[in-house]
Amino acid sequence: MTTSATSVDAVLGLGDDALVTAQRLGWWISRAPELEEDVALANIGLDQLGQARALLAHAGSLEGAGRSADDLAYLRGPEDFRNVLLVERPQQDFGVAMVRMLLLAAWQLEVYAALAAGADPVLAGVAAKAVKEVDYHLDHASTWVLRLGDGTEESHRRAQAALDAEWPYLAELLRPDSGACVDPATLAPAVLARATAVLDAATLTVPDVPPAGGGGRRGDHTEHLADLLAEMQQVARAHPGASW
Amino acid sequence: MSATAASWPLWEVFVRARRGMAHVHAGSLHAPDADLALRNARDVYTRRQEGVSIWVVPSAALVVSDPARRGALFDPAADKDYRHPTHYTVPDGVEHL
Repeated sequence: MTTSATSVDAVLGLGDDALVTAQRLGWWISRAPELEEDVALANIGLDQLGQARALLAHAGSLEGAGRSADDLAYLRGPEDFRNVLLVERPQQDFGVAMVRMLLLAAWQLEVYAALAAGADPVLAGVAAKAVKEVDYHLDHASTWVLRLGDGTEESHRRAQAALDAEWPYLAELLRPDSGACVDPATLAPAVLARATAVLDAATLTVPDVPPAGGGGRRGDHTEHLADLLAEMQQVARAHPGASW
Repeated sequence: MSATAASWPLWEVFVRARRGMAHVHAGSLHAPDADLALRNARDVYTRRQEGVSIWVVPSAALVVSDPARRGALFDPAADKDYRHPTHYTVPDGVEHL
């Protein structure tokens, strides 16, 4: 596999998706609706963090400039992050969290399944483990989306509002990109089939809205990412090289 | 979202270890239905590879012996050696007993 800026960016894209997701899920610790859900969301966040760590380490070694996973996580600015906009937006509504997890996990499952059978042995190893993790994340999100959508009037209304807000950002994940580790265009049908199956069963309506656009894969981010990174990176930046 | 005791009842969780033969009581949790109870049990009680199989049972379904009656229920078995197979000597030449 040739080392090019494109392939480093491609791996960073997957790693940053997972890293930003982990950071957003961490917000739920002590705030989840129930104690058991608190543990579940923390576990899912840790799974994503583990994927991020492995992917960023691989990106660093592909880049060959001596940057470790920590360097990449803590010392890059927002313009150098390659995550999609879906994951950087705030996520303080439980319905939003579950709908977003449904969409992201449906996509990650396809990506990791493809990478596990792919040519890069490091990515294949990371993906083989990650596939099992995101299988559970998808299961968790589906379980909740079904109950919220096909639930009370209030839960249905709020779940529909969450879907209306999140769906436009799915398009960026599925945008064709031949430079990506796996071209999303090849995955789109399976991802959409999986997601819409759950949404239909949950009696939710996929909104008929234009895609939100977005250049996350190029480093064009919303202000939310800058806020997130400021909080995530401040200790590491204040004490460079510290360890405990 | 406030969960009432009625909508999030208590479930007892039993986990069987990879090399175990029996499900062992691991603890309890709250969940609104069986599917979520199973998933909550996976999240709360198998984080450290405690097991490979989970049973969840609504706590209300468990019928348990009364601790106050422990004497009457279990002490009488204490001095009855003849109930144990080891009490008897096997005659020579008897096989597969």
